[in-house]
Amino acid sequence: MVSHRPTLIINAHLVDPETGREEKGAVAIENGLIHEWGHAIDASAKPEGALVIDAKGRVLAPGLIDLRAFVGEPGAEHRESLASASRAAAAGGVTTVICMPDTNPPVDDPAVVDYIIRRARDTAGVRLMPSAALTKGLHGKEMTEFGLLGAAGAVFFTDGARSVANAQVMRRAFTYARDFDALIVHHVEEPTLSIDGVMNEGELSSRLGLPGIPKAAETIMLERDLALVRLTGARYHAAMISCAESLEIIKRAKDEGLPITCGVSINNLALNENDIGSYRTFLKLSPPLRAEEDRRAMIEGVASGLIDVIVSDHNPQDVEAKRQPFIECADGAIGLETMLSVALRLVHNGDVTMPQLFRALSTKPADILGLPQGRLRKGAPADLIIFDPDEPFVLDPEKLHSRCKNTPFDGARLQGRVHMTMVNGRIVQES
Amino acid sequence: MSATESVACLADPPFPLYSRGNMSLSGREPRLFPHRHLLGIEGLSPDDILQLLDMAEEAVEVSRQVEKKKTTLRGRTQINLFFEASTRTQASFELAGKRLGADVMNMSVASSSIKKGETLIDTAMTLNAMRPDLIVVRHHAAGAVGLLARKVDCSVINAGDGAHEHPTQALLDALTIRRAKGRIRGLVVAICGDILHSRVARSNLILLNALGADVRVIGPTTLLPPGIENMGARVFTNMRDGLKDADIVMMLRLQRERMNGSFVPSVKEYFHYFGLDREKLSVAKPDALVMHPGPMNRGVEIASDIADGAQSLIREQVEMGVAVRMAVLEALSRHLPNAEGR
Repeated sequence: MVSHRPTLIINAHLVDPETGREEKGAVAIENGLIHEWGHAIDASAKPEGALVIDAKGRVLAPGLIDLRAFVGEPGAEHRESLASASRAAAAGGVTTVICMPDTNPPVDDPAVVDYIIRRARDTAGVRLMPSAALTKGLHGKEMTEFGLLGAAGAVFFTDGARSVANAQVMRRAFTYARDFDALIVHHVEEPTLSIDGVMNEGELSSRLGLPGIPKAAETIMLERDLALVRLTGARYHAAMISCAESLEIIKRAKDEGLPITCGVSINNLALNENDIGSYRTFLKLSPPLRAEEDRRAMIEGVASGLIDVIVSDHNPQDVEAKRQPFIECADGAIGLETMLSVALRLVHNGDVTMPQLFRALSTKPADILGLPQGRLRKGAPADLIIFDPDEPFVLDPEKLHSRCKNTPFDGARLQGRVHMTMVNGRIVQES
Repeated sequence: MSATESVACLADPPFPLYSRGNMSLSGREPRLFPHRHLLGIEGLSPDDILQLLDMAEEAVEVSRQVEKKKTTLRGRTQINLFFEASTRTQASFELAGKRLGADVMNMSVASSSIKKGETLIDTAMTLNAMRPDLIVVRHHAAGAVGLLARKVDCSVINAGDGAHEHPTQALLDALTIRRAKGRIRGLVVAICGDILHSRVARSNLILLNALGADVRVIGPTTLLPPGIENMGARVFTNMRDGLKDADIVMMLRLQRERMNGSFVPSVKEYFHYFGLDREKLSVAKPDALVMHPGPMNRGVEIASDIADGAQSLIREQVEMGVAVRMAVLEALSRHLPNAEGR
């Protein structure tokens, strides 16, 4: 480990989502950890040789922790490598990224976990951590080696973009996972019900002549999983919910005291099905964009904390996979670099406060993974970002760092730009 | 009286029914059709629709002459690009183009480049480089024709894209109805059968609503798209209720793969409840007329004696198909640069 120069960030608008504190002040960093922070820090008493960064009144907050990003390494580096994902993340203020196991080969063997950790260490500036497959080959039939994969460094178990249809397989996986205190993350979509669907089912899908995915595809799978959690006591996280009905289900389960959490994609907070317009393939997503009422419900879920985390669902697709008729093109949109700016819309619109937003972007994801960062706390790793929440810009996809440019916010007017990203006390991106 | 005779007499309304719109043959200043492509009925104003219908009336006259050839599209190249097999629509577009004097080329892509892995957009770019003036496209994916239209310089006509739209079918249906009944406004039109997968039903719904018809859809709920009640149709799941006092009964084709348990339990049950036979047709108005976009499954959605009977407009529809496509080709060709560059 390289030695860390003591650092002092002054003139910052500090936001700590864990305590809800927002104040002007400074952060002192030593050995890559937050030494102290707050309005009371005496900037003149800086340690010998310290680096002083003037935040110029901008916001200083914990870096984002993204529980869901698809990275093409190994196997599809032309879509995204760990290095390019790291650059995109750093530019977007994301300091920890959990990579999905949908690679080639899939992450269902400890050797692949080890490979990703080493490659990330050698090529990436932000923290990239692998999740491992829940079932071998992501086939939904046999569980993977939860013990060995976890010991190798896999942070949780998921079949990524796929759902495990077989309830018996899922029940056994939940039961076995409990012995290792392993976290199961699941894409909640009943595959037999969503099989031909390419967008939200409703009047719009009928008008466009596209087969729809009913909300019931999500609620059926969510209810099934929660029944299995009740049966087994496994730690469970629903990767992304998209509709108001799912929020009700989550509320009942949490009121009941089940050990569960859930996430929402930034896309389902910012967009609705009408944005698909005339078959815009960059908006073909899974879960699909839903109706405006559902989007409003998702925002309220984030504000109330019923929805624990916001994810980018970063999914780079090359031009050929997206330049197809809507029915035939691939799912997914990139999001690592735009997640913060898009999420800040919720703050600018008065839907959530800055600490509430960062609770879902940083603190709760850290808590779910058991990580100490994601908050301003003495002794926590200095994974911090400085950004100007008001700085306006028009998104130019060509300027994004991701190897693929399939952003649904092409040409969007956004506010909020990251000026510095720090991981473990070291600056990985600065502008 | 034979069916043919009855069709012929129905096809002689007082002419012209609508005098606004385009009258190029009669020498009046043509109204420029305000669209470069025909991608759907959605987006057309009632005036646009009436203009095309009026132009088609003239094309009917041309097609009934011994000398059927016009020179409107002389020197123009029309490519019929069919990603999905079709006999009648392709033949209809081919005849329409040839009667207007265009050089028509048919391409069945299903059998060539797609199998070699070429994408839709590459195919479009390749054809575009050959400088056609008009491309007629049928594709199995909704929105594909619009996607292609954004990549080429010429005019594009949608000959059917997935379950989205089939605008020339809706236009020919409207023309057939108008000639048979003298009007469209206020008529009760019942569209029956597989609405869910039907681009014909979607285009017809939009067009018939735009021209003021009272539209109903009838079918088992498994074959009705969600939200259809908000798209300008009254929904019936019982044929007798839906057909009551109907002026026009429009039957849709039910594809074979949807008959055996996936959407309806069996052909037998489907015909029993939703097949058009004499008994079900008897609740419609006595002068109700029956239509079908073809190809028909006799004994599945329509009984043979109805399809061939005096109330059937099915053969008339085919004739109107050529006329409507001539009208569309002519209307769009007005946007093409002429020898002087415009």
